[in-house]
Amino acid sequence: MRGRPFTKALLPIAAAAFAGAAGFLAQPLTSGHGVVRTAIAAPADELFKPIATVLRDPRCMNCHPVGDRPRQGDDRHFHLQNVSRGEDDLGFVNLRCTACHRSENNAYSGVPGAPNWHLAPLAMGWEGLDDAQLCAVLTDKSKNGGRDIAALVEHMASDKLVMWGWNPGGNRKPVATPHDVFVKQLHAWQAANAPCPKSATP
Amino acid sequence: MPISTTVNGKKVTLDIDPETPLLWTLRDELKLTGTKFGCGAALCGACTVHLDGEAVRSCQIQAGDIEGREVTTIEGAHDNIAQAVQAAWIKLDVVQCGYCQPGQVMSAIGLLSQIPKPTDDDIDKAMDGNVCRCATYQRIRAAIHEAAKSI
Repeated sequence: MRGRPFTKALLPIAAAAFAGAAGFLAQPLTSGHGVVRTAIAAPADELFKPIATVLRDPRCMNCHPVGDRPRQGDDRHFHLQNVSRGEDDLGFVNLRCTACHRSENNAYSGVPGAPNWHLAPLAMGWEGLDDAQLCAVLTDKSKNGGRDIAALVEHMASDKLVMWGWNPGGNRKPVATPHDVFVKQLHAWQAANAPCPKSATP
Repeated sequence: MPISTTVNGKKVTLDIDPETPLLWTLRDELKLTGTKFGCGAALCGACTVHLDGEAVRSCQIQAGDIEGREVTTIEGAHDNIAQAVQAAWIKLDVVQCGYCQPGQVMSAIGLLSQIPKPTDDDIDKAMDGNVCRCATYQRIRAAIHEAAKSI
């Protein structure tokens, strides 16, 4: 609803209903009536909240740092071996991601892997952001790789590197929210026109 | 299915399980024992070789990954950068026990190939994946700077 003065002037429930209807028109086949009803009933904050929870999971956040060092593990310690971002988000000389990470998990060594293993761009650093800030960064096409909402949802729902979070291998915990539930949450948010929570800061 | 690849400039065909780690492909199949096993988990760097010119941990790369690609091991490191590194290593008497040194040398060559005049910070970032149980790190750093002078 950002940048839409008309909807800002409406009561919250009416605004959500308007956004939900707009989303329904845009996504009639993928959203489903049940999802849209959820979107209409839920305030903007509630629609993004469960998505933010997933994005803050170590499986996602470890490679979305605000600095040049990826993290690893459920305790989110810095990646061993002083691994750093490099110029192309694929690691510095000699410690490129592909020096160790293959396109699939290594069952023998425990080293994780997925297609296109890399660090998210610095612009997509999420650490320390509240829900409103996280949503704003996520939906900013100048920061998210030029993705509109549909592409963003597609990325989070089916990108193989993202999907790795639910199949991390080794003794790593998968993302706590089941993937099918996450996809429904994404579609509900999308159907409501991807509203972002209001910032806690003035 | 046989795997066709190039190792140290020579084309080879390997009749081997494609999931075999490159490390064991090199050591057991091709008898190139200069590359060492250290940890088997990409944590020490002893098994470092170059794949298409970039350093990789051969304990993690699998035989199926090297189809149509070029592998260079310590036995095949002969270019001018490799020679400069070798000369610096000898001049500064870097090696103590020597077990990690094939990996250290391959990483040093990898660094100097891309950053001919590395800073200490560059060296720290590029060599941190190579562990030395004799703690020869200061000599390795000095030798990389020494090699850089002659490149």
